[in-house]
Amino acid sequence: MKLFKNILESVKPHFMEGGKLEKMHPAYDAFETFLFVPDHTTKAGSHIRDAIDLKRTMITVVLALMPALFFGMWNVGQLHFTAIGEEFTLMSAFIFGALKMLPLIIVSYAVGLGVEFAFAISRGHSVNEGYLVTGMLIPMIMPIDVPLWMLAVSVIFAVIIGKEVFGGTGMNIMNPALTARAFLFFAYPSFMSGDKVWINTADGVTVDGFSGATPLADLASSGDSGYSMMEMFIGMIPGSVGETSALAILIGAVILLVTGIASWRTMLSVFAGGYVMGLLFNLWGANPFMEIDPLAHLLLGGFAFGAVFMATDPVTASQTNRGKIIVGFLIGILAVLIRVFNPAYPEGMMMAILFMNVFAPLVDHYVIGANIKRRLKRVN
Amino acid sequence: MQDLANIFIKSIFIDNMVFAYFLGMCSYLAVSKTVKTSVGMGAAVIFVLGFTVPVNYLLENFVLKEGALAWLSSDFASVDLSFLSFIMFIAVIASMVQLVEMLVEKFSPALYSSLGIFLPLIAVNCAILGGSLFMQERAYTTITEATVFGLGSGLGWFLAIVGIAAIREKIRYSNVPPALRGLGITFIITGLMGIAFMSFMGIKL
Repeated sequence: MKLFKNILESVKPHFMEGGKLEKMHPAYDAFETFLFVPDHTTKAGSHIRDAIDLKRTMITVVLALMPALFFGMWNVGQLHFTAIGEEFTLMSAFIFGALKMLPLIIVSYAVGLGVEFAFAISRGHSVNEGYLVTGMLIPMIMPIDVPLWMLAVSVIFAVIIGKEVFGGTGMNIMNPALTARAFLFFAYPSFMSGDKVWINTADGVTVDGFSGATPLADLASSGDSGYSMMEMFIGMIPGSVGETSALAILIGAVILLVTGIASWRTMLSVFAGGYVMGLLFNLWGANPFMEIDPLAHLLLGGFAFGAVFMATDPVTASQTNRGKIIVGFLIGILAVLIRVFNPAYPEGMMMAILFMNVFAPLVDHYVIGANIKRRLKRVN
Repeated sequence: MQDLANIFIKSIFIDNMVFAYFLGMCSYLAVSKTVKTSVGMGAAVIFVLGFTVPVNYLLENFVLKEGALAWLSSDFASVDLSFLSFIMFIAVIASMVQLVEMLVEKFSPALYSSLGIFLPLIAVNCAILGGSLFMQERAYTTITEATVFGLGSGLGWFLAIVGIAAIREKIRYSNVPPALRGLGITFIITGLMGIAFMSFMGIKL
């Protein structure tokens, strides 16, 4: 730590006003505040003193993602070795998955932070911490075999069009991680869906009777996921790296709720919406997909991951308490609706969250309007 | 009944005028600055679409289509006036818009002045003529279907403009790069909303 401090102190004059690299100050500032507690004091205006700042918020979310990430790494290895019919141990599966996953994480952070730094320097604002979470979320919602250049392209699209054109962290209207995934989904569908992409099989050599389809795709085609409820809950099923294990996501959810980072209103209402819609489909029962247990909807695919980590995004979600409940409920309903009705997308969570991101400001507008009306009535 | 519900849902979400066909963009981009005016504009479009599509349906089936005039006398059975359909549809739309304009001016002068030139311009809003032409192309079989289609398309357009108006109100204080302020960022938002609406593409009803 001392070493970093010395290096930073020695280069500091170059980055301050009048120095050679004055324009690069946001980059310096980002490193300094990331590594050390800054000693700046505010000079004007009123400020809220709080123990928690944006960096700590973001790091908490990244910590909450860790259980899902580590489980996902093991799951990648486990599925790989099962698919090619080899023996494996806990450690070898985990190491295999980690080696597959690390390049994705590195590319995501390097490219995304590169774009962020470039924007911060050219527009003269400080580098925001928002990308710490987005950069971790993006690899976790991708298929494990996504080519690295595709990942880079989608990250660039998401950070520039999804976030920076609106002015950076806190101003965007759609969740950047989901924007990246939607971009890839529509631009290169063959790498993002189907039954070839979810399990790394090394040149396609597999054991007999192997199926690489996700349980949701199986459900859509045959009405049977082929997995028991317990397997879905633990998460030993094909899917994107982070989304498979409801158990690991639950641990993350507890961390987020205890620290108060994520809104319990959103989380609860998303699950409620999905469950209610599942129940309604049970009553309708026009095809086998409609008849599956509503709980399975909550465990399968990206539902739990989306509900805990994406729908609760404080920027793109609704800003009012009542709005959070409405928007969350609609996300749950829409996700199950799209899954069952739309044969093109077996996974509905991504689109449901994006759709409600778009309409969250409208819901807020009317919630605030109703509140004003109610309080006016009290006055008169 | 289920057919009607399908047409309705389809015209709102799947074949959304703005996000699936990019029709009616001029007023969509110009009037979407505040939620209040965009609600008025959207309601006007629902009204006009809901009236012109069934009226044009009657025109199409009893005047314009080949053999449509057979109800007059059997001599007209071979007459095909469909080359007149554009001009007839536009005439119906223009008169309907005049009516809306008078109604809005009478009942809500504030909305009338905030909509400004874009209210009479509904007459040349491509979503409106598009509604009538889609009705012709898809050959709806009853007038109820045509009405439901018109109302659904209008509602889809309404949702789109109200949604983007709320977003534009929200980002009013965002630090958008100067070159993109105004229309530029609105186009980008429209594109992003289009991605969100793609969730419904491919649903077969």
